[in-house]
Amino acid sequence: MTLERVISINALIEIFPTLFQGVKITILVLLGSIVVGYFLAFIAGFCLLSNNIILRTLTRFYVEIFRGTSLIVQLFWLYYALPMLFNIDLGSNYLAGVLAISLNYGAYMSEVVRGSIVAVAQGQREAATALNMSRFQRMRLVIFPQAVRMMLPEFGNYLIQMVKATSLVSLIGMKDILYYGDRFRFSEISMTPIVLFLALVFYFIIALPLIFLTRKMEDISKKGVAS
Amino acid sequence: MNWNNDLFFQALPFISKGIWITLSLTIVCYVFALIFGFVWTFLKRIPNKAINWVVTWTMEFIRSTPPLVQLYFIFYAWPEVPYVGMTLSPFTSAVIGLGIHFSTYISEVYRSGIESVDKGQWEASTALNFTTKQKWTKIILPQAIRPTIPMLGNYLIILFKEVPLAATIGVVGILHLAGDFGSQHFRNIEAYTVVALLFLLMSYPSALLVNKLEKKMNMKFDKKATNGSKTLNDSEGAVS
Repeated sequence: MTLERVISINALIEIFPTLFQGVKITILVLLGSIVVGYFLAFIAGFCLLSNNIILRTLTRFYVEIFRGTSLIVQLFWLYYALPMLFNIDLGSNYLAGVLAISLNYGAYMSEVVRGSIVAVAQGQREAATALNMSRFQRMRLVIFPQAVRMMLPEFGNYLIQMVKATSLVSLIGMKDILYYGDRFRFSEISMTPIVLFLALVFYFIIALPLIFLTRKMEDISKKGVAS
Repeated sequence: MNWNNDLFFQALPFISKGIWITLSLTIVCYVFALIFGFVWTFLKRIPNKAINWVVTWTMEFIRSTPPLVQLYFIFYAWPEVPYVGMTLSPFTSAVIGLGIHFSTYISEVYRSGIESVDKGQWEASTALNFTTKQKWTKIILPQAIRPTIPMLGNYLIILFKEVPLAATIGVVGILHLAGDFGSQHFRNIEAYTVVALLFLLMSYPSALLVNKLEKKMNMKFDKKATNGSKTLNDSEGAVS
């Protein structure tokens, strides 16, 4: 086996389109997880701040469970156990994958939401109250806009984490980048190094815009704030 | 409801046998990452723009690609690499794969620790005519290491939660045993519930401990050290 055999143009021509087939699924899972994940993060974040003790306890329970166990375990549990336990069929592995990733990262990000809202200076709340704003107005007009800025850098980091997490869906039989990369292992074993390396590059290319976005978000959150 | 209590109690001892593998893998990976993190930190401090650029983007590449794919690469592809390739056992592959992945995070912790040391300390040690070695061992490191301890603790917990990934390349930890148990009995609920429970039981108390440690350290030290932007977040995070 020579180096030329491993890195040849012909091999690349063969590998590239095959791996590219998986990009669609990876992106779809990523988008689904982002939408549901952030939605959950805000809902759970606000519930953690609620005055209702039952709501708060239940949300705390959810957050700690999903932060305390690993994503791969949650994914397997949702995919293999949940349908049996409650006779719920999640219908597709897409739903199980998106649900696992978004429940996991929703739990992590809810802490970011909660932490940022709590971190808004107390004087802002008092000033808003002094201006005779309702509770809702206070949150919408004064506290939330300031809190969002603080959330941005962390949210960016979690976006990149989610890209990495999407690779797990190949384990529940989804045809993502890793699935197509892994297939070469059985047909053409000598090509696995270049195939899996290309798979890594594919993931990196998906993550790259998010890396720059995160840097941008960090700049935005720093701008005009006395540190 | 389709829950079988007997099976649950059968699965519990069967799967618990994997705890030792999972724990030892966590520890070995962690030590590897702690050491390798120093290498990154050292490489990043080389005052050469080209080297710095290469190191920064290599780290960024490792950090933002999935550890699962990296594990596959090391376990399945490394033996096929010409000249330098060799076959590695699943355990070794997991140590190298997860170790290198986490070392990039650990190195950021080290960096933030070093940066948290006041500039005046450097100047003072130069003014006192300390050698480079003395400067590091007597002045900088003793101050840089302590504020990083809670962050390093967090990464240990995060790593613990990442280690089940190694089941995919055949390390017989708790997740792998759960898969075995599930296929033996054609039922997966009890087995995977046991795994989730075991993880929760081990990681939740340690997370509480680290939080406590963090609060204690924050009281003692300036908060500057915990603001490393590239580290995950200061409470807890996931890296899958």
